Amino acid sequence: MKRKPGADPQKNSGISRRDSIKYIALGTLASTYLVGCTTPEEVEEAVHAIHRDGHQLSDRDIELLRQKFFTDEERETVRQLANLIIPSDDRSGNAEEAGVVEFIEFMMLDKPENQTKIRGGLKWLELESMKRYQQQFYKTSVTNQKAILDDIAYPDTAGPEFSQGVSFFNAFRDFVATGFWSSKMGMADLPYQGNVANAWQGAPQSWLDRLGVSYNS
Amino acid sequence: MQIKEQPNEYDVVIVGSGAGGGMAAKVLTEGGAKVALLEAGPFYNSEEGNMFKWNYESPRRGAGSRERPFGEFHANIGGWDIEGEPYSNASGSNFKWFRARMLGGRTNHWGRISLRFGPYDFKRKSMDGLGDDWPISYEDVAPYYDKVDKYVGIFGSSENMINEPNGHFMPPPKPRGYELLIQKAGRSVGIPVIPSRLSILTRPLGHNESPHRNPCHYCSQCGRGCATHSNFSSPSVLIPPAQATGNLEMILNSMAREVTTDGEGKATGVSYVNTISGQEYHIKSKIVVLAASACESARILLNSRSEQHPNGLANSSDVVGKYLMDSTGTDMMALIPDLIDGIPHNEDGVGGMHVYTPWWLEKEKRDFPRGYHIEFWGGRGMPGYGFMGGIQRHNKILGEIDSKPRLSGGGYGLKLKEDYRRLYGSIIGMSGRGEAIAFKDNKCEIDSEKVDKYGIPVLKFNYQWSTNEIMQVKHMHESFEQIIDAMGGKPLWEKPGKEENYGITDPGLIIHELGVTRMGNNPKSSAVNMFNQAHDAKNVFVVDGGPFVSQADKNPTWTILALAWRTSDYIIDQMKQKNI
Repeated sequence: MKRKPGADPQKNSGISRRDSIKYIALGTLASTYLVGCTTPEEVEEAVHAIHRDGHQLSDRDIELLRQKFFTDEERETVRQLANLIIPSDDRSGNAEEAGVVEFIEFMMLDKPENQTKIRGGLKWLELESMKRYQQQFYKTSVTNQKAILDDIAYPDTAGPEFSQGVSFFNAFRDFVATGFWSSKMGMADLPYQGNVANAWQGAPQSWLDRLGVSYNS
Repeated sequence: MQIKEQPNEYDVVIVGSGAGGGMAAKVLTEGGAKVALLEAGPFYNSEEGNMFKWNYESPRRGAGSRERPFGEFHANIGGWDIEGEPYSNASGSNFKWFRARMLGGRTNHWGRISLRFGPYDFKRKSMDGLGDDWPISYEDVAPYYDKVDKYVGIFGSSENMINEPNGHFMPPPKPRGYELLIQKAGRSVGIPVIPSRLSILTRPLGHNESPHRNPCHYCSQCGRGCATHSNFSSPSVLIPPAQATGNLEMILNSMAREVTTDGEGKATGVSYVNTISGQEYHIKSKIVVLAASACESARILLNSRSEQHPNGLANSSDVVGKYLMDSTGTDMMALIPDLIDGIPHNEDGVGGMHVYTPWWLEKEKRDFPRGYHIEFWGGRGMPGYGFMGGIQRHNKILGEIDSKPRLSGGGYGLKLKEDYRRLYGSIIGMSGRGEAIAFKDNKCEIDSEKVDKYGIPVLKFNYQWSTNEIMQVKHMHESFEQIIDAMGGKPLWEKPGKEENYGITDPGLIIHELGVTRMGNNPKSSAVNMFNQAHDAKNVFVVDGGPFVSQADKNPTWTILALAWRTSDYIIDQMKQKNI
């Protein structure tokens, strides 16, 4: 059997469509609404800024894409936080430009087991910001935002009073990283050069030389 | 409820369309038998699979689901948890039962690791006193391994290792860069790292029977279903020739309930339910071949109670469901500094490892029986869901590389973004897969209380690892550590200790369930004879992993294929002689 990193069968067991609707009905009805789209194509256009090459979305995916999980304030916090984690530079854009905000929102609905951790963490962040600056995280200055991140982004040196913030940030950073690097922009940045038909002839000589190995030994 | 009788009587009904069932369908139809093939799931052709899709085409970036735990683009429908098809565990047992529900069964899932059993693997009891010997030897199976190699296609290298027999190999793909590093490290610590043996075509097949199968185009996505049929799966390789004979009828979306028998105890056919309409059917046949997966076949037999077979069909010995085995397993990942800041290139290769470590300490003194092999993975694969998760655990090391110590991993911002780029492709993984001993007490039986959504009584598992398996897994970690140290690598987590049983996986997670309808010469201690024929009903056969007496450290598919071919030849012969 081939086990891929991160492919823990227990963690990825997902949920049924029915469970998902039930969960939403119980927990997040207030923030669930249709975005005014009627056809799957419109949903894709309007909701999802991902690049697509003809993959047929399932009915369930389309249903999830028509829903919102975050409140507007939460979504703005997610956006700013994601861009702080992966900003733009001369090689590629930022998390937002790679569709990370939409990705995270979709995953909250697709794998509801993540909802409490992320929503609760965003709340933790907001309270921390209110405590320090009497301002919500998304309204305070970047300097203030970074001061909070400096306390929760480095697990080995973070103070014990920040342990919940650290745990949230670890999970959130992983979501941002997946969303960014698995996007078309992220793959081009790395770069990932596969997913094409080819005749494998081994690694390039420059790489073999660097590693100090060869096919002749 | 009306049970519809299918009008035609078949020579053979096969239950299950995976490696065993697919092979039986091919050989039996080619031998002239009229065959009905029952499959619990839908039709599948891997040309309709998800090859070459980008993970960003999906809003979940390829993440798994209940229906597809290995990722949404993965070919295989099924998993350890199927809606409406529960199973249970006795207290203290945590067996995980993987089922595939589609044409081809779990041949749509596996890693194409195609290892012959060696001469020792059939006679382990004679060597260490544990378990039982098979009633057959390597020499009995070798001609069929040869046939499977040639018909299906396999790459590898002839190493002349006695218990890792040579086969009819196509040339293996060159190792990837990191695999050469592993090979070099292995050499320095005396752990062999040789070309892997996978059923993927690196050359055109040497026969004309499968013109639809082309050599590999190295996209690394075997698991998504290969549109060019370059790897082995039952729907790509075995179902088409069976269909071409005109002797095959596929009955899809049909879940077998039980094997029916007559007053003499002989099988008369199979009753089943259509999983979509709910309609109940019975189909008549002269012969029944079970290939539903080891435990599913055991379940069908145990549920086939009659006056003649009060303990379930083929179970006068009371061994059906007993001697359940799954491979031992444990994994480790490491960051390899030499691979940091890599040179971009397409490192996809075939779908899986190009090198592996076969069991190499046969003659050494050690504190556990039997052996294991090591599978390797890593490289610059397509980023998807979970990409470089837990970066805080490993980007601290970049401080050492740069001689600018970092007090903690993690972080955010431009530096973090650069860290991901630098670390991409620098992490390798190792998976040990070993042989567990067959114990009578490791078993599945019919749960006395529960049924599934079709009303079929479900299985209850009871499986415990023994010290043998736990000590073997401890040794796996010691080997991983040797290789990682020799590479100058940094393990991503601590070696698991005694209190965690050294990190041994829950039984069932490696998806090599075997042994619950064991083969033997003595009808009192085995369910089937050396031709996989039930001792108690001459026209009932089992051709999945159930008849395995011991499991070796090898992935079982190649042996299932070889034994299913051998059994099918025997069935044709017996039909000709009018013995069944």
